[in-house]
Amino acid sequence: MPLLALLAKEPAHGYELKILLEQMFGDAYPSPNIGQIYVTLQRLERDGLVASQDVVQQTRPNKRVYELTDAGREALADWVDRPSDGPRVRDDFFMKLALSPLAGATDRLALINRQRRDYLNQMRGLSALASATEPGIARLLVEGAMLHLQADLDWLERCQEELV
Amino acid sequence: MIDLGSQISAKKATTKARNGAPQGGPDLGAPVLLRASGITKTFRAEGVPVPAVRGVDLELQRGEFAAIMGPSGSGKSTLLHLLGGLERPTGGEIWLDGRRVDGLSQAKWAVLRRRQVGIVFQFFNLVSNMTVADNVELAALMGGATRRQARERRHELLSDLGLRAKADAAPALLSGGEQQRVALARAMANRPSLLLADEPTGNLDSSGSQAVLRVLTQAHADGQAILLVTHDARVACAAGRVISLFDGMVADDAAMRPSRPPAPGQPSRTLPGVLRLRG
Repeated sequence: MPLLALLAKEPAHGYELKILLEQMFGDAYPSPNIGQIYVTLQRLERDGLVASQDVVQQTRPNKRVYELTDAGREALADWVDRPSDGPRVRDDFFMKLALSPLAGATDRLALINRQRRDYLNQMRGLSALASATEPGIARLLVEGAMLHLQADLDWLERCQEELV
Repeated sequence: MIDLGSQISAKKATTKARNGAPQGGPDLGAPVLLRASGITKTFRAEGVPVPAVRGVDLELQRGEFAAIMGPSGSGKSTLLHLLGGLERPTGGEIWLDGRRVDGLSQAKWAVLRRRQVGIVFQFFNLVSNMTVADNVELAALMGGATRRQARERRHELLSDLGLRAKADAAPALLSGGEQQRVALARAMANRPSLLLADEPTGNLDSSGSQAVLRVLTQAHADGQAILLVTHDARVACAAGRVISLFDGMVADDAAMRPSRPPAPGQPSRTLPGVLRLRG
């Protein structure tokens, strides 16, 4: 969907989309690799949401430029209007915590402590990233991640109260 | 009986410590600023003993910045009160600057808090019939600063904490968050070698928290030791060390990895799974 949104403004080729994503979301956003972008674009084209054509270039190989179709525009508007999923319920750490006794690991406190250290170090990294990021979309993304981490840490505390 | 015994032995130890350092001055070469060993605190509720702190060992180096986290009721605030002399421990020893302090009288603790230990608690205790500026200056004067030094220090702290416009206001006219920052300014007025703070950002919005964090980080860079209790992981991870308290005991004591922002253009490897845009 982010790709559709970026194409809504004007047609672009894959590499331009990669650059646009990076500029908008900054260092916190895992930089998409160009292969993933092309695979996604091919899928979108198969689904009829984008159309492409080759543009002939004099000195370089041809490039394939993608643009939104009417169906793509509709799908995009629909995505924007729809509320997004709520908080994630699947959590890998929680599965470990719940199932660790079956795997023979009985020291849940050690598991919780290890995870807390990791979260706190992630928070430290995000904190440094937030102060190095200009206010705007990219910074809000980092702040959002920090609030999620705080919630994860609070939840860890609840797990400790209940299970240890 | 037990209380009496521990007080007597506390007095003996204090005497011994004094004899060991006849000049009476702090031993500035020693790296350990604060040492608590086996401290406990048991409150009594209608005759029933309620243990709040159940044997905590803790060492804080000179200039170290550490945070204490843990669920409510885990004994964080009580521990800080014990270390600041606001409550007397039921058992164990507390040493500050090479001197045993757990048996000191309230009067002697008051002197320590004027000169060496700054405290910010969740209740602010500002002097209500003095202006914000005078509250901060008074603390500096009591710590031994000249009038001019006190004025300069007050000016600096209130600016750093975004309170310059409130200098002449009465504390009661300030919001909770503003009063909290005045309490921090007051605690730091005499540049204490140890700052104890209980939820120093508890009443603050994000920009107020940022101001407090900047001031704490600067104080740490200037060589002050800081021990703070917080729920806010953003505040905690500004410290180099996070101590997790649980049921009145230390559950974990972790040194943080040195932080550095990821190089521009590099995917940040510290952040997997936190940020995931779908689509």
